[in-house]
Amino acid sequence: MTSDVSGPAPASSRAGAAAPAIVATGLSKAFGKKVALDGVSLTVPRGSVFALLGPNGSGKTTLVQVLSTLRLPSAGSAEVLGHDLRTAPAEVRAGIGVTGQFSAVDSMLTGLENLLLMAKLYHLARDEGEARARSLLKRFDLSEAWSRPPSTYSGGMRRRLDIAMTLMGDPALIFLDEPTTGLDPRSRQTMWQIVREFVAEGVTVFLTTQYLQEADELADQIALLDHGRVVAHGTPAELKQHAPGAHITLRFATSAGLHAAARSVPGSTPDADAFTLRCPMAADGGAVKRVLDRVPDGLPIEDITVHTPDLDDVFFALSGTTPQTRTEDTARTGDHR
Amino acid sequence: MTLATAAQDSSAMVGRELRHLRRYPLFLVASVALPVLMFVLFVYVFGDYVGAGLSGSGSTLSYVGFLTPGILVMTVAAGALPSAVSVSTDMSEGIIDRFRTMPLARGAVLIGHVVGGIFRTVLAAILLTLVALFVGFRPAGGPLAWLAAAGIILAFAFALTWLAVAIGLAAKTPTGANSMTQIISTVLPFLSSAFVPTESMAVGIRWFAEYQPFTPVVGSVRALLTDTPVGNSVVFALAWCAVIAVVGYAWGLRSFRTKTA
Repeated sequence: MTSDVSGPAPASSRAGAAAPAIVATGLSKAFGKKVALDGVSLTVPRGSVFALLGPNGSGKTTLVQVLSTLRLPSAGSAEVLGHDLRTAPAEVRAGIGVTGQFSAVDSMLTGLENLLLMAKLYHLARDEGEARARSLLKRFDLSEAWSRPPSTYSGGMRRRLDIAMTLMGDPALIFLDEPTTGLDPRSRQTMWQIVREFVAEGVTVFLTTQYLQEADELADQIALLDHGRVVAHGTPAELKQHAPGAHITLRFATSAGLHAAARSVPGSTPDADAFTLRCPMAADGGAVKRVLDRVPDGLPIEDITVHTPDLDDVFFALSGTTPQTRTEDTARTGDHR
Repeated sequence: MTLATAAQDSSAMVGRELRHLRRYPLFLVASVALPVLMFVLFVYVFGDYVGAGLSGSGSTLSYVGFLTPGILVMTVAAGALPSAVSVSTDMSEGIIDRFRTMPLARGAVLIGHVVGGIFRTVLAAILLTLVALFVGFRPAGGPLAWLAAAGIILAFAFALTWLAVAIGLAAKTPTGANSMTQIISTVLPFLSSAFVPTESMAVGIRWFAEYQPFTPVVGSVRALLTDTPVGNSVVFALAWCAVIAVVGYAWGLRSFRTKTA
């Protein structure tokens, strides 16, 4: 133990344990003329959750592929777990686990057989492999499904089996590429819980997502990726301060009530047809209460809706591009599958 | 990366393929179905007529004796080439990307597919041989000649499996891989000496038939199983096997290194 008491000791004792999980410097990747990554630099400390936030076609998957040794960068360099991507890819692979956007399970084997295949490939002893497989099946709520092929699983189950397979190798750093895309709300909650457990175990998580809420819930640090560039990075709170979209919509029973409230809440805009009042809100915990306190006593509020900034708001604020032009880009490059 | 870990990784991948085969035996049945159908059709429907033509051209072979080696080689193609579909399925399901981000011996995945494919092909060839024996095929020559014929069949299976793996890696979808390999395994045997001697073909087709790989492979296996002069067909057969294997290996390895799902 060191004298540093500011945080827990790293769980991993692998080579290069002192280095950050990821240090990328000026990573670029071009496919022909199309630039997918344009000088991405970022640092991910050990034991943290890093979220890469961006729309389809922004280069998220390409960055995961480069950092996980699937593709070589066109320019720039990166060290993952202290090992250079170009010169020591085997060492990088030994410490990472990757769960891609499309569940990489063998649909012709059963759930248990998939895990045992991983055990063999990670050179675990037979008993150890079986024990770990059984405990992962239990942990990911697949105990009932072990003898069935994944083709009979739901989307959430497949994703969980996929992550269980990744965990068979006991990785120090896990890449999760859009782990909740296409999942129902309940499976999404389960996935978030899984990520939080990784953190408790000291595993570093690098995840990509299209949802600000997800990054907000899980990440210590967020980087915003747009057209292959990091346009902003910081903690969730720091980023949301840049997003002006937050507001509260109040609905009143009468036109008189609406106008009375509009006069009392500064910066609000009434909609006389819908009897609603749009009130801008700061992005902090006490904001809703402050707006409501401004509404005169005795005015009955029929309905209240809170709009927190979403990805579009943040993007509009930080990159200046509108969601419409990005959608066209995505359609043109056909990057969404 | 030591040789021991490379062997361990490859054997895990071979085990995976064999498990697939055991779980879905239909894969094997489907690959022998067409050759068996052709066999039955040509023996019992066209057999007398083609056989008469054959003896008219001075051959002493019965038509079953002539046809069996041809169908056997066709079965090898039908058994080996579906590996393209399994490789392409792996690619489209993203599991190859998983393997490529793991600390595995390079090429272990491909070795799994190749060994699994050869195993499936050998099973298919044995099945077809049993059908042929049932229909009345009796090999001439001795065990040494049969062993040599088995060796050529194994070499052809090896070569075609590597080609299939390469096609599977290059194909965009499993369906694409399937149609590409179907052409090889169904059309090429007909344009060879598998069903009728090349001498009976029209000039252009005959020229093609004489120089394509199926003809020397069929010819050498036929000569060995019927105790007729081998000539230089064995040399040409093995040369073709070597060329196909090297092309498949190089093409496959190149696609494997550069492609992701």
